[in-house]
Amino acid sequence: MNNFNIRPKDLTDQEYFYGHKACAGCGATIAVRLALKVLGERTYSVLPANCMSAVSFIYPQMAFTTNAIISPFASTGAMLSGVAAGARALGIKDFQTVGFAGDGGTADIGFQALSGAIDRGDDIIYICYDNEAYMNTGIQKSGLTPYGTKTTTSPAGENLPGAVTQKKNMFEIVAAHGIAYAATASIGYPNDFLRKLNKAKEVRGPVFLHILASCPTGWGSKTELTVELAKEAVDSGLWYLAEYENDEFTLNKNPKEFIPVEEYLFKQGRFKHLKEKDINVIIEQRDKKWEKIRKSWL
Amino acid sequence: MKSNRKFVSGDEAVALGVRLARPHIISAYPITPQTIVVERLADFVEDGSLKAEYMHVESEHSAMAAAMGVSSVGARAFTATSSQGLLHMAECVHYASGARFPIVMMNANRSIAVPWSIYGDQRDSLSMLDSGWIQVYVEDAQEALDMMIQAYKVAENPEVMTPFMVNLDGFVLTHTYEPIELPEQEMVDQFLPMYQTGNKMSMDEPKSLCFSTSPADNQEFKVMQHMAMEGSVDVIRQVDAEYGKVFGRSYHGLTESYRCDDADAVLMTLGSVTGTVRCVVDELREKGFKVGVFKIRFMRPFPKDEVMALGKAVSKLGVLEKNISFGNEGTVFTNVNSALMALDTKVQSKNYVGGLGGRDITKDHIRAIFMDLLNHDRFEERVEFIGMGCEINE
Amino acid sequence: MRPKVKSYKQPSKLSEYPSTPAFESGHLVSKNAGWRTFKPVVDAEKCVGCLRCYLVCPDGVVARTKDNKVEIEYDFCKGCGICAHECKVEAITMVKEADEDEI
Repeated sequence: MNNFNIRPKDLTDQEYFYGHKACAGCGATIAVRLALKVLGERTYSVLPANCMSAVSFIYPQMAFTTNAIISPFASTGAMLSGVAAGARALGIKDFQTVGFAGDGGTADIGFQALSGAIDRGDDIIYICYDNEAYMNTGIQKSGLTPYGTKTTTSPAGENLPGAVTQKKNMFEIVAAHGIAYAATASIGYPNDFLRKLNKAKEVRGPVFLHILASCPTGWGSKTELTVELAKEAVDSGLWYLAEYENDEFTLNKNPKEFIPVEEYLFKQGRFKHLKEKDINVIIEQRDKKWEKIRKSWL
Repeated sequence: MKSNRKFVSGDEAVALGVRLARPHIISAYPITPQTIVVERLADFVEDGSLKAEYMHVESEHSAMAAAMGVSSVGARAFTATSSQGLLHMAECVHYASGARFPIVMMNANRSIAVPWSIYGDQRDSLSMLDSGWIQVYVEDAQEALDMMIQAYKVAENPEVMTPFMVNLDGFVLTHTYEPIELPEQEMVDQFLPMYQTGNKMSMDEPKSLCFSTSPADNQEFKVMQHMAMEGSVDVIRQVDAEYGKVFGRSYHGLTESYRCDDADAVLMTLGSVTGTVRCVVDELREKGFKVGVFKIRFMRPFPKDEVMALGKAVSKLGVLEKNISFGNEGTVFTNVNSALMALDTKVQSKNYVGGLGGRDITKDHIRAIFMDLLNHDRFEERVEFIGMGCEINE
Repeated sequence: MRPKVKSYKQPSKLSEYPSTPAFESGHLVSKNAGWRTFKPVVDAEKCVGCLRCYLVCPDGVVARTKDNKVEIEYDFCKGCGICAHECKVEAITMVKEADEDEI
């Protein structure tokens, strides 16, 4: 069986995503940059309205060195299908079609089109870079904003702890389609992400990669902590690294002990307000999730 | 020319026209009364008579987004919709024209909810007049078929690069069977070769498409879009004339004038009602009334020159349309009057609005319209609703 | 291996614009160096060539040298400090731009 490990030194020196105007320390750009390094120059990128498209298609400054297009916000999945079908019809060989949508663009407005693309069985890769809120419009709550997050539309105060809902379970929702390959990832674990990208490249049929990508601007964190925070999200059990293929789930990392959630949460302005009872809710939700994961995926 | 006649519905004529145009991808989502188009195309793909990929999309919004994806690599896309579907698609309709993708779409004109109605009027496509699409309104099944081929030829012209919407009146046209002449595939292939464009993602020359601009550059792109649409007027005329030479049928460019030359009153129409009006014109002419009918085929680009020429020749114009812009008047009427404003002479014009939600527009209604036009030198009311089932005022 | 900044003249005629909203990928006209307050400075002696900084740089400005160490492409570095923070052997230091000028 092919192991899809890829070493950093094996990556191309070519930068396919360069000169963009993202905030300093942006986590999403790490995901896009690494993805293109693995997928290569014969890649069509489709980006809906989001930070990644906003910072890289500002005429006359084009930060993708490969083919790229901005799609309507709700349409990543549909346009991916169209691009792949068009290229196939013209006899173009050996190409990749990848979408880079944010959490809102995936779990909310783009959900239907994503489901359609998976249903069609198109040979496309859909990458959701998840920074847990609508960052491009100024930090509003999305369907992937976790419990207790302070955003501009889920303020924290006397009456509310910030967001009161949990993250939609996109990975399992997508898996329930019987997708060819799905995985979660974190920019805090870049080698794991590279391996999953490398696998995504080989898989025929639809692929969904859900990567946690921290956002210093929206998270209220120091720019240099971007990667560390994304790692701590995994280490504290608030995010997980897993794969789905052939009707089976695989857990890639099963921490014996989680680091305290406070260590992760309190480095971020968006969680600074959390009270002990809110932290307890977060821990309770985490433990319930992990109980289920360990019971059914191991 | 070898004759190949068929007896088909308007929707089937569209499907046959699309098959002849050989799109690479059909992105399909059903809605009454467009459904037969996507059903027949599915049959054609299944039986191998159309070598295209049939893409089942999950909404009209996605139908157009997928078509744009197809077009973004330089392949040929087709989709079809109607009414609520067109409105659901609206964001992508504007997007496609801004992106300058030469997509062709059939729209079955149908009323817009609420109240719900599956029957025809033209409020769906006329509400999208500002979306940057070329819009043609056809009169019969043959014109529908021929326009599917002409549409790609116009849209894909390098100077035009603008998407093209072919409108058929719901049920009246989409579901009515008529004899048509089917062009030979080989001749269509010669008439409509695959287009080449730089407006695409290419492996040899990677491009970034549908980019953003600052206010310093945005207006320039919109002006270019406008100029391309204005420039399409000549291309539409040329393509129609060329089609006439090759296939023996042409449609007089952007408008068609019938017995208007010496007319005292002319009624302007859009779509399938034109046939009925033409019959009434013949009948009234026999009785000595000098009347004519002027079919507006294209609403975008708007046939300003043709309307102005008509306005110079005729002193009384009626505009019959299946549309109302609430709180004002019919949109076709507004457009016609705007063109007439440029004339030195003052033309008397009146708007007749009817056929909403599928109501019949009968010969009686049309006779009454002509008598109204002929018997008045001035019109007190600018807008009259025809064919009301009850009195409007108590 | 990185696109270079090109000169760009604001069009004075419509015909100088791309005819549709499609433009050459990798077309750069401005740098990002001005965003920076601190700049990363690599100590080649300390660098062990693990390439973690190269992997996690949001801007792709960490370049590999022939001897598999790293150097920074300053034109597009925004000074976020991820490289220095993630370096396991503390081979990268963030230095204030102005301070360096004084030296």
